Amino acid sequence: MSRHVIAATRDLPPGGRRVVTIKGRAIAIFNIAGEYFGLLNRCPHQGGNLGEGRLIGLVESGEPGDYRYSRPGEILRCPWHGWEFDLRSGRSRCDPARIQAKCFAVRVAPGEALGEGDYVLETFPVTVEENYVVVEV
Amino acid sequence: MTVQLLERRATQPAAAVKMAIADCDIHPSPKSMEKEVYPYLEKRWQRHLETYGVRPRQGFANGPAFPKGQPDASRRDAYPPNGGRPGSDLDFMRQQHLDPYNVQLGILNPLRGGQGVQNGDFSAALCRAINDWQIAEWTSKEPRLKGSVVVPYEDAAASAAEIDARAGDTNFAQVLVLSRTAEPLGQRRYWPIYEAAARAKLPVAVHAFGYGGFPVTGGGWPSYYIEEMVGHAQCNQSVLTSMVMEGIFERLPTLKVILVEGGFAWLPALAWRLDKVWTRLRDETPHVKRPPSSYIRQQVWVTSQPTEEPEPRRHLLDTIEWMGWDRLLFATDYPHWDFDDPTQVLPPRVGEQQRRQFFMENARAVYGITG
Ligand code: FES
Repeated sequence: MSRHVIAATRDLPPGGRRVVTIKGRAIAIFNIAGEYFGLLNRCPHQGGNLGEGRLIGLVESGEPGDYRYSRPGEILRCPWHGWEFDLRSGRSRCDPARIQAKCFAVRVAPGEALGEGDYVLETFPVTVEENYVVVEV
Repeated sequence: MTVQLLERRATQPAAAVKMAIADCDIHPSPKSMEKEVYPYLEKRWQRHLETYGVRPRQGFANGPAFPKGQPDASRRDAYPPNGGRPGSDLDFMRQQHLDPYNVQLGILNPLRGGQGVQNGDFSAALCRAINDWQIAEWTSKEPRLKGSVVVPYEDAAASAAEIDARAGDTNFAQVLVLSRTAEPLGQRRYWPIYEAAARAKLPVAVHAFGYGGFPVTGGGWPSYYIEEMVGHAQCNQSVLTSMVMEGIFERLPTLKVILVEGGFAWLPALAWRLDKVWTRLRDETPHVKRPPSSYIRQQVWVTSQPTEEPEPRRHLLDTIEWMGWDRLLFATDYPHWDFDDPTQVLPPRVGEQQRRQFFMENARAVYGITG
Protein backbone atom coordinates (compact mmCIF):
# COMPACT_ATOMS: atom_id res chain seq x y z
CA MET A 1 0.00 0.00 0.00
CA SER A 2 1.17 3.48 -0.75
CA ARG A 3 -0.51 6.88 -0.56
CA HIS A 4 -0.73 8.96 -3.69
CA VAL A 5 -1.54 12.63 -3.87
CA ILE A 6 -3.67 13.15 -6.93
CA ALA A 7 -5.08 16.69 -6.75
CA ALA A 8 -5.56 19.75 -4.63
CA THR A 9 -9.06 19.64 -3.15
CA ARG A 10 -10.00 22.87 -4.92
CA ASP A 11 -9.30 21.16 -8.25
CA LEU A 12 -11.73 18.37 -7.43
CA PRO A 13 -14.75 20.21 -5.99
CA PRO A 14 -18.12 18.64 -5.13
CA GLY A 15 -19.59 17.07 -8.26
CA GLY A 16 -16.10 16.67 -9.73
CA ARG A 17 -14.54 13.46 -10.91
CA ARG A 18 -11.23 12.40 -12.38
CA VAL A 19 -9.59 9.22 -13.62
CA VAL A 20 -5.99 8.78 -12.49
CA THR A 21 -3.50 6.03 -13.23
CA ILE A 22 -1.57 4.77 -10.25
CA LYS A 23 0.71 1.74 -10.37
CA GLY A 24 -0.70 0.91 -13.79
CA ARG A 25 -4.27 0.95 -12.55
CA ALA A 26 -6.86 3.42 -13.74
CA ILE A 27 -8.86 4.64 -10.77
CA ALA A 28 -11.95 6.82 -10.92
CA ILE A 29 -12.17 9.40 -8.13
CA PHE A 30 -15.44 11.16 -7.32
CA ASN A 31 -16.26 14.05 -5.03
CA ILE A 32 -19.86 13.63 -3.89
CA ALA A 33 -20.97 16.61 -1.79
CA GLY A 34 -17.53 16.97 -0.26
CA GLU A 35 -16.86 13.27 0.30
CA TYR A 36 -14.33 11.46 -1.88
CA PHE A 37 -14.70 7.98 -3.34
CA GLY A 38 -12.41 5.84 -5.49
CA LEU A 39 -13.25 2.86 -7.71
CA LEU A 40 -11.19 0.85 -10.15
CA ASN A 41 -12.13 2.34 -13.54
CA ARG A 42 -13.16 -1.03 -14.82
CA CYS A 43 -16.59 -2.54 -14.47
CA PRO A 44 -16.59 -6.16 -13.23
CA HIS A 45 -19.03 -7.07 -16.01
CA GLN A 46 -17.17 -6.38 -19.27
CA GLY A 47 -14.74 -3.66 -18.28
CA GLY A 48 -16.69 -0.44 -18.98
CA ASN A 49 -15.05 2.80 -17.77
CA LEU A 50 -16.84 3.43 -14.51
CA GLY A 51 -15.39 6.94 -14.37
CA GLU A 52 -17.76 7.93 -17.17
CA GLY A 53 -20.85 6.47 -15.57
CA ARG A 54 -23.80 8.52 -14.43
CA LEU A 55 -24.37 9.08 -10.72
CA ILE A 56 -27.88 8.33 -9.57
CA GLY A 57 -29.62 7.80 -6.25
CA LEU A 58 -30.94 4.72 -4.57
CA VAL A 59 -34.50 3.77 -5.41
CA GLU A 60 -36.06 1.16 -3.16
CA SER A 61 -39.54 -0.22 -3.17
CA GLY A 62 -41.33 -2.44 -0.70
CA GLU A 63 -44.38 -2.97 -2.84
CA PRO A 64 -45.94 -1.67 -6.04
CA GLY A 65 -46.89 1.99 -5.80
CA ASP A 66 -44.51 2.67 -2.92
CA TYR A 67 -40.94 3.81 -3.42
CA ARG A 68 -38.22 5.70 -1.64
CA TYR A 69 -35.47 7.72 -3.23
CA SER A 70 -32.39 8.30 -1.10
CA ARG A 71 -28.63 8.84 -1.23
CA PRO A 72 -28.64 11.05 -4.34
CA GLY A 73 -25.40 10.78 -6.29
CA GLU A 74 -24.01 7.80 -4.41
CA ILE A 75 -24.90 5.09 -6.89
CA LEU A 76 -22.86 4.80 -10.05
CA ARG A 77 -24.33 3.42 -13.25
CA CYS A 78 -21.85 1.82 -15.67
CA PRO A 79 -21.80 3.74 -18.98
CA TRP A 80 -22.07 0.52 -20.97
CA HIS A 81 -24.76 -1.92 -19.83
CA GLY A 82 -25.97 0.06 -16.85
CA TRP A 83 -25.02 -2.16 -13.92
CA GLU A 84 -25.22 -0.10 -10.73
CA PHE A 85 -22.66 0.10 -7.93
CA ASP A 86 -22.76 1.61 -4.46
CA LEU A 87 -19.87 4.07 -4.22
CA ARG A 88 -19.47 3.44 -0.48
CA SER A 89 -18.94 -0.30 -0.76
CA GLY A 90 -18.36 -1.02 -4.44
CA ARG A 91 -21.16 -3.58 -4.20
CA SER A 92 -23.45 -3.98 -7.18
CA ARG A 93 -27.16 -3.49 -6.81
CA CYS A 94 -27.96 -6.60 -8.84
CA ASP A 95 -25.93 -9.11 -6.83
CA PRO A 96 -24.14 -7.32 -3.99
CA ALA A 97 -22.55 -10.39 -2.46
CA ARG A 98 -20.86 -11.62 -5.62
CA ILE A 99 -20.43 -8.67 -7.92
CA GLN A 100 -18.37 -5.78 -6.67
CA ALA A 101 -16.32 -3.00 -8.14
CA LYS A 102 -12.98 -2.58 -6.44
CA CYS A 103 -12.87 0.38 -4.05
CA PHE A 104 -9.90 2.51 -3.03
CA ALA A 105 -9.72 4.62 0.10
CA VAL A 106 -9.61 8.33 -0.68
CA ARG A 107 -9.10 11.03 1.94
CA VAL A 108 -8.04 14.63 2.33
CA ALA A 109 -4.66 15.54 3.80
CA PRO A 110 -3.33 19.01 4.58
CA GLY A 111 -0.31 20.14 2.60
CA GLU A 112 1.89 20.35 5.67
CA ALA A 113 1.37 16.64 6.42
CA LEU A 114 2.57 15.65 2.98
CA GLY A 115 6.17 16.44 3.79
CA GLU A 116 6.22 13.69 6.34
CA GLY A 117 7.58 10.94 4.20
CA ASP A 118 5.33 8.23 2.87
CA TYR A 119 3.30 10.06 0.23
CA VAL A 120 3.93 9.72 -3.46
CA LEU A 121 3.66 13.01 -5.30
CA GLU A 122 3.28 12.24 -8.94
CA THR A 123 3.00 15.39 -10.93
CA PHE A 124 2.64 18.65 -9.09
CA PRO A 125 4.11 20.78 -6.34
CA VAL A 126 2.42 20.96 -2.98
CA THR A 127 2.06 23.98 -0.75
CA VAL A 128 1.43 23.83 2.96
CA GLU A 129 -1.58 26.11 2.84
CA GLU A 130 -3.70 23.76 0.74
CA ASN A 131 -5.51 20.46 1.23
CA TYR A 132 -4.95 17.51 -1.04
CA VAL A 133 -6.83 14.42 -2.19
CA VAL A 134 -4.91 11.25 -1.35
CA VAL A 135 -5.64 7.75 -2.65
CA GLU A 136 -4.36 4.58 -1.06
CA VAL A 137 -3.32 1.97 -3.59
CA MET B 1 -28.19 -12.77 -16.21
CA THR B 2 -24.53 -13.49 -16.17
CA VAL B 3 -22.38 -13.30 -13.09
CA GLN B 4 -19.22 -14.39 -14.77
CA LEU B 5 -16.76 -11.81 -13.53
CA LEU B 6 -13.68 -10.33 -15.03
CA GLU B 7 -10.42 -11.48 -13.66
CA ARG B 8 -8.83 -8.36 -12.35
CA ARG B 9 -5.94 -7.29 -14.44
CA ALA B 10 -3.72 -4.35 -14.02
CA THR B 11 -3.83 -3.42 -17.68
CA GLN B 12 -6.64 -1.57 -19.41
CA PRO B 13 -8.78 -3.84 -21.61
CA ALA B 14 -7.61 -2.25 -24.78
CA ALA B 15 -4.01 -3.10 -24.15
CA ALA B 16 -4.93 -6.76 -23.84
CA VAL B 17 -6.11 -7.15 -27.45
CA LYS B 18 -3.37 -7.98 -29.86
CA MET B 19 -5.23 -9.94 -32.48
CA ALA B 20 -6.51 -7.99 -35.46
CA ILE B 21 -10.28 -8.10 -35.39
CA ALA B 22 -13.21 -7.46 -37.68
CA ASP B 23 -16.14 -5.60 -36.14
CA CYS B 24 -19.18 -6.35 -38.26
CA ASP B 25 -21.56 -3.83 -36.70
CA ILE B 26 -20.49 -0.22 -36.17
CA HIS B 27 -23.05 2.61 -36.27
CA PRO B 28 -21.95 5.92 -37.73
CA SER B 29 -24.14 9.02 -37.55
CA PRO B 30 -23.90 12.29 -39.44
CA LYS B 31 -22.53 15.20 -37.38
CA SER B 32 -25.14 17.32 -39.08
CA MET B 33 -27.58 16.49 -41.86
CA GLU B 34 -27.13 19.94 -43.38
CA LYS B 35 -23.36 19.85 -43.53
CA GLU B 36 -22.70 16.22 -44.26
CA VAL B 37 -25.74 14.75 -46.02
CA TYR B 38 -27.38 17.70 -47.83
CA PRO B 39 -24.58 17.85 -50.40
CA TYR B 40 -25.89 14.51 -51.70
CA LEU B 41 -29.61 15.21 -51.34
CA GLU B 42 -31.53 17.11 -54.00
CA LYS B 43 -32.90 20.53 -52.94
CA ARG B 44 -36.40 19.21 -53.30
CA TRP B 45 -35.79 16.53 -50.68
CA GLN B 46 -33.95 18.90 -48.36
CA ARG B 47 -37.08 21.04 -48.38
CA HIS B 48 -39.25 17.97 -47.91
CA LEU B 49 -37.26 16.88 -44.88
CA GLU B 50 -37.52 20.33 -43.32
CA THR B 51 -41.22 20.67 -44.03
CA TYR B 52 -42.58 17.18 -43.44
CA GLY B 53 -39.85 15.29 -41.55
CA VAL B 54 -39.23 11.58 -41.85
CA ARG B 55 -42.34 9.44 -41.50
CA PRO B 56 -41.54 5.85 -40.68
CA ARG B 57 -43.96 3.00 -41.28
CA GLN B 58 -45.14 2.84 -37.69
CA GLY B 59 -47.37 4.78 -35.32
CA PHE B 60 -44.50 6.34 -33.38
CA ALA B 61 -43.66 9.35 -35.47
CA ASN B 62 -40.78 10.65 -33.39
CA GLY B 63 -38.71 7.59 -32.74
CA PRO B 64 -38.65 4.03 -31.56
CA ALA B 65 -41.56 2.31 -29.87
CA PHE B 66 -39.72 1.95 -26.55
CA PRO B 67 -37.29 4.23 -24.73
CA LYS B 68 -33.79 2.76 -24.95
CA GLY B 69 -31.55 1.53 -22.13
CA GLN B 70 -29.33 4.63 -22.38
CA PRO B 71 -29.94 7.98 -24.14
CA ASP B 72 -29.57 7.67 -27.93
CA ALA B 73 -29.15 3.91 -27.21
CA SER B 74 -25.49 4.72 -26.66
CA ARG B 75 -22.66 4.10 -24.28
CA ARG B 76 -22.40 7.10 -21.99
CA ASP B 77 -18.70 7.32 -22.70
CA ALA B 78 -19.15 7.42 -26.49
CA TYR B 79 -20.12 11.09 -26.85
CA PRO B 80 -17.35 12.79 -28.84
CA PRO B 81 -15.54 15.43 -26.76
CA ASN B 82 -16.06 17.97 -29.53
CA GLY B 83 -19.81 17.48 -29.50
CA GLY B 84 -22.21 15.66 -31.72
CA ARG B 85 -23.91 12.29 -31.43
CA PRO B 86 -22.09 9.10 -30.53
CA GLY B 87 -20.60 7.61 -33.67
CA SER B 88 -20.39 10.96 -35.49
CA ASP B 89 -16.68 11.72 -35.11
CA LEU B 90 -14.20 9.58 -37.01
CA ASP B 91 -11.16 10.69 -34.99
CA PHE B 92 -12.85 9.88 -31.74
CA MET B 93 -14.01 6.53 -33.10
CA ARG B 94 -10.42 5.74 -34.02
CA GLN B 95 -9.17 6.76 -30.63
CA GLN B 96 -11.85 5.09 -28.52
CA HIS B 97 -12.58 2.04 -30.60
CA LEU B 98 -10.64 1.18 -33.77
CA ASP B 99 -7.10 1.67 -32.46
CA PRO B 100 -7.28 0.24 -28.93
CA TYR B 101 -9.19 -2.85 -30.00
CA ASN B 102 -7.11 -3.30 -33.13
CA VAL B 103 -10.16 -3.27 -35.42
CA GLN B 104 -8.71 -3.85 -38.87
CA LEU B 105 -12.03 -4.27 -40.63
CA GLY B 106 -15.11 -2.36 -39.48
CA ILE B 107 -18.48 -2.65 -41.19
CA LEU B 108 -20.60 0.51 -41.02
CA ASN B 109 -24.33 0.05 -40.56
CA PRO B 110 -26.00 3.46 -40.70
CA LEU B 111 -29.40 3.19 -39.06
CA ARG B 112 -32.01 5.86 -39.73
CA GLY B 113 -30.52 6.18 -43.18
CA GLY B 114 -33.78 6.63 -44.99
CA GLN B 115 -34.85 3.01 -44.70
CA GLY B 116 -38.47 2.23 -43.90
CA VAL B 117 -39.56 5.78 -44.75
CA GLN B 118 -43.16 5.85 -45.97
CA ASN B 119 -42.59 8.24 -48.88
CA GLY B 120 -40.91 5.87 -51.31
CA ASP B 121 -39.13 8.45 -53.45
CA PHE B 122 -37.89 10.27 -50.38
CA SER B 123 -36.69 6.97 -48.90
CA ALA B 124 -34.72 6.22 -52.08
CA ALA B 125 -33.21 9.72 -52.18
CA LEU B 126 -32.17 9.58 -48.52
CA CYS B 127 -30.63 6.12 -48.90
CA ARG B 128 -28.64 7.28 -51.92
CA ALA B 129 -27.42 10.34 -50.00
CA ILE B 130 -26.42 8.24 -46.99
CA ASN B 131 -24.43 5.95 -49.27
CA ASP B 132 -22.56 8.92 -50.75
CA TRP B 133 -22.04 10.29 -47.24
CA GLN B 134 -20.46 7.01 -46.06
CA ILE B 135 -17.86 7.31 -48.80
CA ALA B 136 -17.21 11.01 -48.27
CA GLU B 137 -17.00 11.07 -44.47
CA TRP B 138 -15.90 7.55 -43.55
CA THR B 139 -14.56 4.99 -45.99
CA SER B 140 -12.50 7.41 -48.10
CA LYS B 141 -10.85 8.71 -44.93
CA GLU B 142 -10.38 5.43 -43.08
CA PRO B 143 -9.45 2.32 -45.08
CA ARG B 144 -10.27 0.02 -42.19
CA LEU B 145 -13.95 0.92 -42.55
CA LYS B 146 -16.33 -0.41 -45.19
CA GLY B 147 -19.81 0.90 -45.84
CA SER B 148 -23.18 -0.76 -46.36
CA VAL B 149 -25.34 -0.01 -49.36
CA VAL B 150 -28.51 1.13 -47.61
CA VAL B 151 -31.58 0.58 -49.76
CA PRO B 152 -35.22 1.72 -49.65
CA TYR B 153 -36.23 -1.90 -49.16
CA GLU B 154 -40.01 -1.47 -49.41
CA ASP B 155 -39.40 -0.59 -53.05
CA ALA B 156 -37.39 -3.50 -54.38
CA ALA B 157 -36.92 -2.06 -57.87
CA ALA B 158 -35.45 1.17 -56.49
CA SER B 159 -33.31 -0.89 -54.12
CA ALA B 160 -31.98 -3.04 -56.94
CA ALA B 161 -31.14 0.09 -58.93
CA GLU B 162 -29.16 1.46 -55.99
CA ILE B 163 -27.30 -1.85 -55.57
CA ASP B 164 -26.53 -2.00 -59.30
CA ALA B 165 -25.18 1.55 -59.13
CA ARG B 166 -22.81 0.62 -56.29
CA ALA B 167 -21.75 -2.77 -57.64
CA GLY B 168 -17.99 -3.13 -57.78
CA ASP B 169 -17.39 -0.14 -55.52
CA THR B 170 -15.00 -1.37 -52.83
CA ASN B 171 -16.19 1.31 -50.41
CA PHE B 172 -19.07 -1.06 -49.71
CA ALA B 173 -18.96 -4.53 -48.19
CA GLN B 174 -22.64 -5.42 -48.05
CA VAL B 175 -26.24 -4.41 -48.69
CA LEU B 176 -28.18 -3.40 -45.57
CA VAL B 177 -31.84 -3.98 -44.83
CA LEU B 178 -33.67 -3.94 -41.49
CA SER B 179 -35.51 -6.93 -40.06
CA ARG B 180 -38.92 -5.36 -39.46
CA THR B 181 -40.46 -4.80 -42.83
CA ALA B 182 -43.95 -4.55 -44.27
CA GLU B 183 -43.96 -8.28 -45.08
CA PRO B 184 -41.60 -11.11 -44.10
CA LEU B 185 -38.34 -10.55 -45.95
CA GLY B 186 -38.43 -13.82 -47.87
CA GLN B 187 -41.48 -12.75 -49.84
CA ARG B 188 -41.47 -12.18 -53.54
CA ARG B 189 -41.73 -8.40 -53.43
CA TYR B 190 -38.20 -8.29 -51.99
CA TRP B 191 -36.57 -10.74 -54.40
CA PRO B 192 -35.08 -8.10 -56.72
CA ILE B 193 -32.96 -6.93 -53.76
CA TYR B 194 -31.43 -10.39 -53.34
CA GLU B 195 -30.95 -10.85 -57.07
CA ALA B 196 -29.13 -7.53 -57.33
CA ALA B 197 -26.99 -8.31 -54.29
CA ALA B 198 -26.04 -11.68 -55.73
CA ARG B 199 -25.16 -10.00 -59.05
CA ALA B 200 -23.03 -7.44 -57.22
CA LYS B 201 -21.47 -10.22 -55.12
CA LEU B 202 -22.45 -8.39 -51.95
CA PRO B 203 -23.85 -10.18 -48.90
CA VAL B 204 -27.19 -8.91 -47.59
CA ALA B 205 -27.11 -7.94 -43.92
CA VAL B 206 -30.41 -7.94 -42.08
CA HIS B 207 -30.02 -5.70 -39.05
CA ALA B 208 -32.50 -5.98 -36.19
CA PHE B 209 -35.00 -3.09 -35.83
CA GLY B 210 -36.98 -1.27 -38.45
CA TYR B 211 -40.41 0.08 -39.00
CA GLY B 212 -42.73 -2.61 -40.24
CA GLY B 213 -45.59 -1.25 -38.20
CA PHE B 214 -46.10 -4.66 -36.56
CA PRO B 215 -45.13 -5.68 -33.03
CA VAL B 216 -41.68 -7.22 -32.71
CA THR B 217 -43.12 -10.35 -31.14
CA GLY B 218 -45.40 -12.96 -32.63
CA GLY B 219 -47.77 -12.38 -29.71
CA GLY B 220 -48.61 -8.69 -29.84
CA TRP B 221 -47.24 -5.42 -28.52
CA PRO B 222 -45.06 -5.93 -25.46
CA SER B 223 -45.06 -3.60 -22.45
CA TYR B 224 -41.35 -3.19 -21.89
CA TYR B 225 -38.10 -2.39 -23.68
CA ILE B 226 -36.60 -5.64 -22.38
CA GLU B 227 -39.27 -7.53 -24.28
CA GLU B 228 -38.36 -5.70 -27.45
CA MET B 229 -34.67 -6.45 -26.86
CA VAL B 230 -35.25 -10.19 -26.68
CA GLY B 231 -37.98 -9.93 -29.33
CA HIS B 232 -35.33 -9.33 -31.99
CA ALA B 233 -34.38 -12.98 -31.70
CA GLN B 234 -37.97 -13.98 -32.54
CA CYS B 235 -38.11 -11.49 -35.36
CA ASN B 236 -34.87 -12.79 -36.86
CA GLN B 237 -36.18 -16.34 -36.69
CA SER B 238 -39.24 -15.30 -38.69
CA VAL B 239 -37.06 -13.49 -41.22
CA LEU B 240 -34.78 -16.47 -41.68
CA THR B 241 -37.64 -18.96 -41.87
CA SER B 242 -39.30 -16.81 -44.50
CA MET B 243 -36.12 -16.58 -46.56
CA VAL B 244 -35.50 -20.32 -46.47
CA MET B 245 -39.08 -21.41 -47.08
CA GLU B 246 -39.76 -18.93 -49.88
CA GLY B 247 -36.82 -20.56 -51.61
CA ILE B 248 -34.47 -17.60 -51.88
CA PHE B 249 -31.40 -19.66 -51.10
CA GLU B 250 -32.44 -22.39 -53.52
CA ARG B 251 -32.98 -19.82 -56.29
CA LEU B 252 -29.83 -17.85 -55.55
CA PRO B 253 -27.15 -20.29 -54.44
CA THR B 254 -24.46 -17.59 -54.29
CA LEU B 255 -26.49 -15.24 -52.08
CA LYS B 256 -25.03 -14.68 -48.61
CA VAL B 257 -27.19 -13.42 -45.77
CA ILE B 258 -25.91 -12.05 -42.46
CA LEU B 259 -28.29 -11.62 -39.52
CA VAL B 260 -27.10 -8.75 -37.38
CA GLU B 261 -27.85 -8.02 -33.73
CA GLY B 262 -30.53 -10.57 -33.06
CA GLY B 263 -28.45 -12.92 -30.91
CA PHE B 264 -27.56 -16.39 -32.15
CA ALA B 265 -28.23 -19.07 -29.53
CA TRP B 266 -31.64 -19.65 -31.11
CA LEU B 267 -30.18 -20.63 -34.46
CA PRO B 268 -29.39 -24.31 -33.80
CA ALA B 269 -32.86 -24.93 -32.34
CA LEU B 270 -34.57 -23.21 -35.27
CA ALA B 271 -32.60 -25.28 -37.76
CA TRP B 272 -33.46 -28.51 -35.93
CA ARG B 273 -37.13 -27.63 -35.85
CA LEU B 274 -37.23 -26.58 -39.49
CA ASP B 275 -35.57 -29.83 -40.57
CA LYS B 276 -37.92 -31.92 -38.51
CA VAL B 277 -41.05 -30.31 -39.88
CA TRP B 278 -39.68 -30.12 -43.42
CA THR B 279 -39.23 -33.90 -43.56
CA ARG B 280 -42.98 -34.26 -42.96
CA LEU B 281 -44.33 -31.24 -44.85
CA ARG B 282 -41.94 -30.92 -47.75
CA ASP B 283 -44.66 -31.38 -50.41
CA GLU B 284 -46.10 -28.05 -49.37
CA THR B 285 -42.94 -26.27 -50.52
CA PRO B 286 -41.41 -28.39 -53.27
CA HIS B 287 -39.21 -25.46 -54.30
CA VAL B 288 -37.21 -26.03 -51.12
CA LYS B 289 -35.24 -29.02 -52.26
CA ARG B 290 -32.83 -29.63 -49.41
CA PRO B 291 -33.26 -29.67 -45.62
CA PRO B 292 -33.56 -26.07 -44.41
CA SER B 293 -30.47 -26.42 -42.21
CA SER B 294 -28.30 -27.16 -45.22
CA TYR B 295 -29.07 -23.76 -46.76
CA ILE B 296 -28.46 -22.07 -43.43
CA ARG B 297 -25.21 -23.94 -43.00
CA GLN B 298 -23.93 -22.68 -46.38
CA GLN B 299 -25.48 -19.28 -46.98
CA VAL B 300 -26.27 -17.70 -43.61
CA TRP B 301 -24.03 -16.02 -41.02
CA VAL B 302 -24.89 -14.32 -37.75
CA THR B 303 -23.12 -11.58 -35.84
CA SER B 304 -22.26 -12.25 -32.24
CA GLN B 305 -23.52 -9.17 -30.43
CA PRO B 306 -25.42 -9.08 -28.12
CA THR B 307 -23.85 -12.36 -27.18
CA GLU B 308 -25.88 -14.55 -24.87
CA GLU B 309 -24.12 -14.85 -21.53
CA PRO B 310 -25.19 -18.19 -20.04
CA GLU B 311 -23.85 -19.50 -16.82
CA PRO B 312 -21.85 -21.68 -16.91
CA ARG B 313 -20.27 -20.08 -19.93
CA ARG B 314 -19.36 -23.39 -21.55
CA HIS B 315 -22.98 -23.56 -22.69
CA LEU B 316 -22.15 -20.70 -25.03
CA LEU B 317 -19.43 -22.83 -26.58
CA ASP B 318 -21.79 -25.80 -26.95
CA THR B 319 -24.19 -23.53 -28.84
CA ILE B 320 -21.45 -22.30 -31.15
CA GLU B 321 -20.36 -25.88 -31.83
CA TRP B 322 -23.92 -26.73 -32.86
CA MET B 323 -24.08 -23.89 -35.36
CA GLY B 324 -20.44 -24.09 -36.48
CA TRP B 325 -17.56 -21.74 -35.63
CA ASP B 326 -17.50 -20.64 -39.26
CA ARG B 327 -21.00 -19.06 -39.03
CA LEU B 328 -20.32 -16.42 -36.44
CA LEU B 329 -18.98 -12.90 -37.09
CA PHE B 330 -17.78 -10.78 -34.19
CA ALA B 331 -19.55 -7.44 -33.73
CA THR B 332 -19.48 -4.78 -31.01
CA ASP B 333 -22.44 -2.56 -31.96
CA TYR B 334 -20.25 0.48 -31.14
CA PRO B 335 -21.28 3.08 -29.97
CA HIS B 336 -24.51 1.56 -28.69
CA TRP B 337 -25.01 0.75 -25.04
CA ASP B 338 -25.25 -3.01 -25.45
CA PHE B 339 -21.72 -3.04 -26.85
CA ASP B 340 -19.71 -6.28 -26.49
CA ASP B 341 -16.05 -5.94 -25.52
CA PRO B 342 -13.86 -8.21 -27.68
CA THR B 343 -11.54 -8.99 -24.77
CA GLN B 344 -14.44 -10.35 -22.73
CA VAL B 345 -16.85 -11.81 -25.21
CA LEU B 346 -15.45 -15.35 -25.43
CA PRO B 347 -14.61 -17.54 -22.44
CA PRO B 348 -10.84 -17.83 -21.94
CA ARG B 349 -10.53 -21.45 -22.98
CA VAL B 350 -11.46 -20.94 -26.63
CA GLY B 351 -8.55 -22.05 -28.82
CA GLU B 352 -6.44 -19.91 -31.09
CA GLN B 353 -7.89 -21.21 -34.35
CA GLN B 354 -11.47 -20.63 -33.25
CA ARG B 355 -10.62 -17.14 -32.05
CA ARG B 356 -9.09 -16.33 -35.41
CA GLN B 357 -12.20 -17.54 -37.22
CA PHE B 358 -14.54 -15.69 -34.91
CA PHE B 359 -12.64 -12.41 -34.84
CA MET B 360 -11.43 -12.17 -38.43
CA GLU B 361 -11.37 -15.09 -40.85
CA ASN B 362 -15.12 -15.62 -41.09
CA ALA B 363 -15.63 -11.94 -41.85
CA ARG B 364 -12.94 -11.94 -44.52
CA ALA B 365 -14.53 -15.01 -46.08
CA VAL B 366 -18.07 -13.66 -46.13
CA TYR B 367 -17.10 -10.20 -47.39
CA GLY B 368 -14.49 -11.53 -49.77
CA ILE B 369 -11.94 -9.12 -48.32
CA THR B 370 -8.42 -10.45 -48.19
CA GLY B 371 -5.85 -9.44 -45.58
S1 FES C 1 -19.37 -3.36 -18.60
FE1 FES C 1 -20.34 -2.37 -16.96
S2 FES C 1 -22.35 -3.08 -17.10
FE2 FES C 1 -21.34 -4.17 -18.66
